[in-house]
Amino acid sequence: MKATLDPARPGSEGAEPTSRAEASSEPRAEASPASAAPSGGTPPRPTARRKSRSGGEWFGKTYTLICVAVLIVTIFSIVYFVASKGLSTFFVNGVSLKEFLFGTKWAPDGEPQSFGALPFITGSFVTSILAACISAPLAFCAAIFMTELMPKFGKRVMQPVIELLAGIPSVVYGFVGLTVIVPFFRAIFPGQGLGLAAGAVVLSIMILPTITTIATDAMSNLPRGLKEGSYALGATRWQTISRSILPAVIPSMLTGVVLGIARAFGEALAVQMVIGNAPHIPSSLFESASTLTSVITLSMGNTIMGQVQNNVLWSLALVLLVMTFVFVAIVRVLERRSLR
Amino acid sequence: MAIAAPSSAIGASTRPGGSAALAAEQLSIFYGEKEAVKKVDLSFARGSVTALIGPSGCGKSTFLRSLNRMNDTIAGASAKGSIWLDGEDINAPGTDVVSLRQRIGMVWQKPNPFYKSIYENVAFGPRYHGVRNKRELDEIVESCLRRTALWDETKDRLNQSALALSGGQQQRLCIARALSVQPEILLMDEPASALDPVSTSKIEELISELKQEYCIVIVTHNMGQAARVSDKTAFFYMGNLIEHNETNVIFTNPEKKQTDDYISGRFG
Repeated sequence: MKATLDPARPGSEGAEPTSRAEASSEPRAEASPASAAPSGGTPPRPTARRKSRSGGEWFGKTYTLICVAVLIVTIFSIVYFVASKGLSTFFVNGVSLKEFLFGTKWAPDGEPQSFGALPFITGSFVTSILAACISAPLAFCAAIFMTELMPKFGKRVMQPVIELLAGIPSVVYGFVGLTVIVPFFRAIFPGQGLGLAAGAVVLSIMILPTITTIATDAMSNLPRGLKEGSYALGATRWQTISRSILPAVIPSMLTGVVLGIARAFGEALAVQMVIGNAPHIPSSLFESASTLTSVITLSMGNTIMGQVQNNVLWSLALVLLVMTFVFVAIVRVLERRSLR
Repeated sequence: MAIAAPSSAIGASTRPGGSAALAAEQLSIFYGEKEAVKKVDLSFARGSVTALIGPSGCGKSTFLRSLNRMNDTIAGASAKGSIWLDGEDINAPGTDVVSLRQRIGMVWQKPNPFYKSIYENVAFGPRYHGVRNKRELDEIVESCLRRTALWDETKDRLNQSALALSGGQQQRLCIARALSVQPEILLMDEPASALDPVSTSKIEELISELKQEYCIVIVTHNMGQAARVSDKTAFFYMGNLIEHNETNVIFTNPEKKQTDDYISGRFG
């Protein structure tokens, strides 16, 4: 190494090019800057190259700025549009907010008109939370199986299958629900089979990939040392999973559950197909009901823009939007807590 | 180095010093087809510190990990040969690795506290081995934290997350955690390489103290550390055990030229 650093012997430069190349370029440049420059070690950058580089920088910056601006403008205009339409129910048409949020009678075309949205709000909450309750344990167990018990099988077979589940169109889920789950419920429970329970089951399968993927990622991203530390203390595999891995991933898992609920909350088509769409608060899970999304998709075509019947649907959409914000906020809080 | 710990006297009477606590016999370790450790014979005495040195990838960490069967958790890793612990071959297929790992504790390069409170980190092991009594657990936690000189720093915040501790404190917590199940042997895989000099010297002091009671095997890249803390040193190169002797012999008058070259920094 010493010999190659010696700049005083110009003859040696050509004689041993390989050993030169092996030495790091930095000490060479320091030792003989004059000879290093033409060979391209660390020459001063040509101005033309610098210019094109800063041009690329400028282009990249502007381009990303435009993309961000488009996104922000789109999001804010959607929010503004939904809010202005939704709020006009209360400010223009004079429907009372209290009646809208807590009224149980939904009769937009009735005499007198009545706009109680509580049945839809409860319907949405009950189906999505029930769906999460069914889905979360399945998803957690699937994640544990895929990461801890059979990682090879999990990665090769189960992960693609679960990703496939996420790609199935919602109308297919609804159709399967209608032909399999609804008749099943009809056979063993009183009623038509259509209702909150059928909706929740269909939704639970739809949100399974969301929760499973997030839980799996969280578990496979854990530092390897965590598991080893537990094993090295003589903990069994189950003890390691339940006491050292699960506590570490619970915040991420909750994030997955909340995102799953958010997805279930916003899902329209599949739910609408199996829930029965009766605008009242059901007394049982197997009685026909409605959700915010199902009533919007069903009624939107039958109303005229600007009328109170149309505006009130926008109010329902506003409730959905606000709930989405709430879910996002919950996820944020959970993530912040998991970083601590 | 003061030999003052009261339990060391008990240890000395029941465990004759010098007799091997743990011994590897013709131990080979494979990752798939690749032989990472080649037919190594090496024994570790009670009450002593053995340093494993050698360039990166020489198999010393793999060897260390095989001693408490941690390599079992790596897909494709397999070990041939015997590891003797109390006249029992712990590399045999029927070995109860769970209770084995209780007897052979381990500390890693990167501190790996559980995502729990300081208290729970230390109480984790004993809980699994049947200690349910709160007072008993408290005692174990306190004594382990005292052993690792962490008690005074943490006694007022035992319920805080262990992740809030500094790197050096986390590493001492991991050592306390390893001690909590009362192992006989302590394996340390570069326990101080991720720490600052002050924390490093604390860990080294700790090792010198702990060796009164435990058989310690430590992998290190720091020659000075090996010379300071160990009684015996084993030099690994390319999966082979090149030389194993008293530390001062290895560092002053090694038999093999490779050892001399490595220690004086001429390769690796």
